[in-house]
Amino acid sequence: MLEVLSFGPQGWGWQLLSGTLMTLAVAVSAFGAGVVFGSAGAAAKLSGSLPLRLAAEVYTTVIRGIPELLVIYLLFFGGNEAVTAVARLFGHDGRVDLNAFTVGVLAVGLISGAYSTEVIRGAVRSVPPGQIEAARACGMGRFLTLRRILVPQTLRYALPGLGNVWQLTLKDTSLVSVTALAEIMRIAHTGAGSTRQYFVFYTAAALLYLLLTTLSTAVFERAERRAMRGAVRA
Amino acid sequence: MNWDVMISSVPTLLSGVPLTVQLVGLGEILGLAIACLATWGRLSGNLAAAGVSRLYVFVFRGTPLLVQIYLIYYGLGQFPAVRESFLWPLLREPYWCAILALALNTGAYTSEILRGAIQSIPQGQVEAARACGMGRLLMFRRIIVPIAIRQALPAYGNEIILMVKASSLASIITLLEITGLARRLIPQTYAVFEIFIVAGLIYLGLNFAIAQAVRWAEWRLTPHLRARAS
Repeated sequence: MLEVLSFGPQGWGWQLLSGTLMTLAVAVSAFGAGVVFGSAGAAAKLSGSLPLRLAAEVYTTVIRGIPELLVIYLLFFGGNEAVTAVARLFGHDGRVDLNAFTVGVLAVGLISGAYSTEVIRGAVRSVPPGQIEAARACGMGRFLTLRRILVPQTLRYALPGLGNVWQLTLKDTSLVSVTALAEIMRIAHTGAGSTRQYFVFYTAAALLYLLLTTLSTAVFERAERRAMRGAVRA
Repeated sequence: MNWDVMISSVPTLLSGVPLTVQLVGLGEILGLAIACLATWGRLSGNLAAAGVSRLYVFVFRGTPLLVQIYLIYYGLGQFPAVRESFLWPLLREPYWCAILALALNTGAYTSEILRGAIQSIPQGQVEAARACGMGRLLMFRRIIVPIAIRQALPAYGNEIILMVKASSLASIITLLEITGLARRLIPQTYAVFEIFIVAGLIYLGLNFAIAQAVRWAEWRLTPHLRARAS
């Protein structure tokens, strides 16, 4: 029963391994995109400009209020049209097609970004204003303050929340399997279908996800400990 | 933007709401029962029960819901023992498989919410109740449950909203709830954005209603905080 998971010629071991790498690639890229979207969203929400604040508010409310699957379907079915339309605006003729990886990363990144926005916004606000004032009193400019005071402090407060977002993002990548990208879920589905060993393949997939979530929890815990060196916590 | 398609898709997509509500409602009721059991096991002081609860929470929080749905829908049917058991008429149906998966998934998250709520009860209150001569059950009913519910409500509200979103995965095992219907309308109309915008608005409406209901429940359950504010 278990030989279907082996690395031999009859086994699916290599496919599952490459699927795991694909899942990691999608998750890491989407999480990175999410942090970028999240930083932009947090900056918009904290900015003085009303239109920017509103736009960020709509982004987080909508993405957090509708199913992840709907976001993925929307980008998967509508993404190429949207990109083609944008390309036409810039004077490019003809169709532009995105590959499944790009669509997947974009969709999961948008979702991840909405949650990151709230985490980063909360973290920025928990930087004591006294520190910013002190930096200004020392004669630091805006960018130097940002680089030396705001970003390092924010990162420190945002890490636990970002750890949660990472877990969500990692699990959300499984939904990208509906677009035929060969990640863990897709390989397991294909393998299960062709060998009729459904239980074995889905259990293997579950174990691979457990492995990834458990390992990354350990990594985030370590990072948190490092980031909090010397900090006094209540 | 094709407004005609948008308007004509509204009745079809709205007809998926009852199924979505059923999936969430039944999943949530069953999930709450599982969560209570898991929390009780975790806090019972019995090493084996605590271990089982811990493992359950670890597995169901650490894996994607999609794997859990596939494992229950496709995986269990592989065993002749399951196919011959009295549960097969239920497990054969995508409807019950989806509800079981949703219930087990939300149960794991909810049990952590309940554990946090129960552990947040000040020790002094329990001691005071005991000093008044309350028995275990009376103390549970009068002190622990009311305080824990107040504490757990905001997080539980979030969990229900996550369930509404998670129920869209039922469309993958052929159920025609809101997302399933939207998916089916696409090849008929070629109006991807319009259909998904309508579907998204329906989900937003549902989640808004739930958020308001939880807010109202919170307001009802905290009269002691209200009196001070006025």
